Amino acid sequence: MAELTMRDALNQALHQEMERDPRVIVIGEDVSGGAGGTSGKRDAAGGIFGVTKGLLPRFGEARVIDTPISESAIVGLANGAALAGMRPVAELMFADFVGVSLDQIFNQMAKFRYMFGGKAQTPVVLRMAMGAGMNAAAQHSQTIYPMLSAIPGLKVAVPSTPADAKGMLAAAIRDDDPVIFFEHKALYSRKGDVPEGEYLVPFGEAALLRQGRDVTVVAIGRMVHFAAKAVDKLAAEGITCDLIDMRTTSPIDEEAILESLSQTGRLVVVDESNPICSIASEIASMAATKGFHDLRAPVQKITAPHTPVPFARELERIYVPSPNDIEAAIRAVMKEV
Amino acid sequence: MQQSPDQIRQAYRQMRLIREFEERLHVENPKGEIAGFTHLYSGQEAIAVGVCENLRETDYIISTHRGHGHCLARGCDPKGMMHEIYGRADGLCKGRGGSMHIADLTKGMLGANGIVGAGQPIAVGAALACKARGDGSVSVSFTGDGASNQGTVFEAMNMAVVLKLPKLFVLENNGYSEHTGASYGIGSDLKTRTEAFGIPVWEADGFDYFSVYEAAAKALEYIRAGNGPAAVLAVATRYFGHFEGDPQNYRAKDEVKNFRETVDALKQIREKVTGAGIFTVEELDAIDAEVLALIDASVESARTGPVPGADILLSDVYIDY
Repeated sequence: MAELTMRDALNQALHQEMERDPRVIVIGEDVSGGAGGTSGKRDAAGGIFGVTKGLLPRFGEARVIDTPISESAIVGLANGAALAGMRPVAELMFADFVGVSLDQIFNQMAKFRYMFGGKAQTPVVLRMAMGAGMNAAAQHSQTIYPMLSAIPGLKVAVPSTPADAKGMLAAAIRDDDPVIFFEHKALYSRKGDVPEGEYLVPFGEAALLRQGRDVTVVAIGRMVHFAAKAVDKLAAEGITCDLIDMRTTSPIDEEAILESLSQTGRLVVVDESNPICSIASEIASMAATKGFHDLRAPVQKITAPHTPVPFARELERIYVPSPNDIEAAIRAVMKEV
Repeated sequence: MQQSPDQIRQAYRQMRLIREFEERLHVENPKGEIAGFTHLYSGQEAIAVGVCENLRETDYIISTHRGHGHCLARGCDPKGMMHEIYGRADGLCKGRGGSMHIADLTKGMLGANGIVGAGQPIAVGAALACKARGDGSVSVSFTGDGASNQGTVFEAMNMAVVLKLPKLFVLENNGYSEHTGASYGIGSDLKTRTEAFGIPVWEADGFDYFSVYEAAAKALEYIRAGNGPAAVLAVATRYFGHFEGDPQNYRAKDEVKNFRETVDALKQIREKVTGAGIFTVEELDAIDAEVLALIDASVESARTGPVPGADILLSDVYIDY
């Protein structure tokens, strides 16, 4: 184990996977940076958040490919290279830029295997930074994993810890299906213990981070940490919760959630996304359709409001679900008998 | 660019195969046995064949919604294609793709594509893989005049130049973007526009196999020498509507008839090779008869092919289901 930031854990996974498999390439805007600049320095950026730093000097320009600002072509490039046998890790910078490249994501990479009779595969990893917390406003802060999780053919990873970030990125690169890989901007500098050497976290397996009797709390991404705060605070009062980190929103580990719900009878779902058609909605629907007889209280959905992400610090703070909101929701389900 | 009689025979057969395949679909379509949208390639055969006859086994192509001609020219199995178009379980894509999504990765055919302009960035990605392999292979995209107005095509052209990739852009101007004339939709012109990206363009007569073959040969020679992307611009027409059932109110009454009677690709190649004494009319007729029998047999077996069931509906979404 070594203590690493999520940024360094991701960087380690990229180094290890590129070392292991020569078919792995990294492409995107400024993944190294500096090409054509006046300083003459390459690897000037190493990715807008520094995740791909050091890959260019180690693996060279044939495998670490800076592209123009052309998101459709970046994802298309990854799709075509994958069809032709490579394993591209493409970066979109901000998840919001899915808007510019959506056709290549949901009409192309997601559908090739199925549409072409099972004879094609598109092992692309599409990395993107998401989430509020940096006052980056409405077009650089969204958590759009719900809309991509709704698309058959895509897998969707939303790690919350440095260890998961490393293990899930390595697993994503080895996966024969396209994986949309969401990295929360506010978690890049967060540290945690990370296993050294090869480390893989399988998809579709949620992590049970706290065990309790009273409430099942399901959270995703940065919300896992907010939920942990609330859960730990309430534990001191004798209210104990199962805290489940979903880790992947496609596939969803239904079994882990339903199993916990069958023990607690109470469910709180925390999702930084907008409320309609959110992952919180999906989990609530699952509880209603598959866990109805276990429910002792109405499900509490804690999400952002149905608004774009606002800019001002005060507004963004209200927008993002807080540990207090989660605590209140847990107390609310405990009041119902 | 001297071609052997065997090469010419092969090219003629491929063009005849596309023509018969498409003309037969035009006849079969109104009978109601074929579901969905069908876009026919008749009239443009010389372009697909003129390009693909230059390609090697390790090369890739990507096509459009009007993809049957490119698939056949690249060597996809006509019977498997016909079964796919009829939605059969033993079609090339198990009946899940249909006319607009025929692909055969084993032939380097990365798919017809229902989204106009989507194929070009994907073909650029395949070109990246070609460059990484370093075996001299190239990736080819076919792009209509309509698709050439999509931003994806501009992005793909620039990307191919920036990364200096072995990529051939084949621009097929068939005169119409769906129901609108190409002259209306294209600002500037396709040659100037493509050259503005730093991509050299070889122009060809899209009705003339030899013209397209030679233009593609020169463009591919440039690309395989490591110079980056190039383009072939070929003008032809489509003999049928945008889709089967299109009343084509946008076309002058005798437009297609005039093309068929004057510059038709099959008529031209027949006249040229018989005139030059390479083949006799009888030899070409024998090829025609063989192709016709193949199409007959393909339609016959497709009509009664196995119907796909829930097992096909619910598989190949992911690697594990």
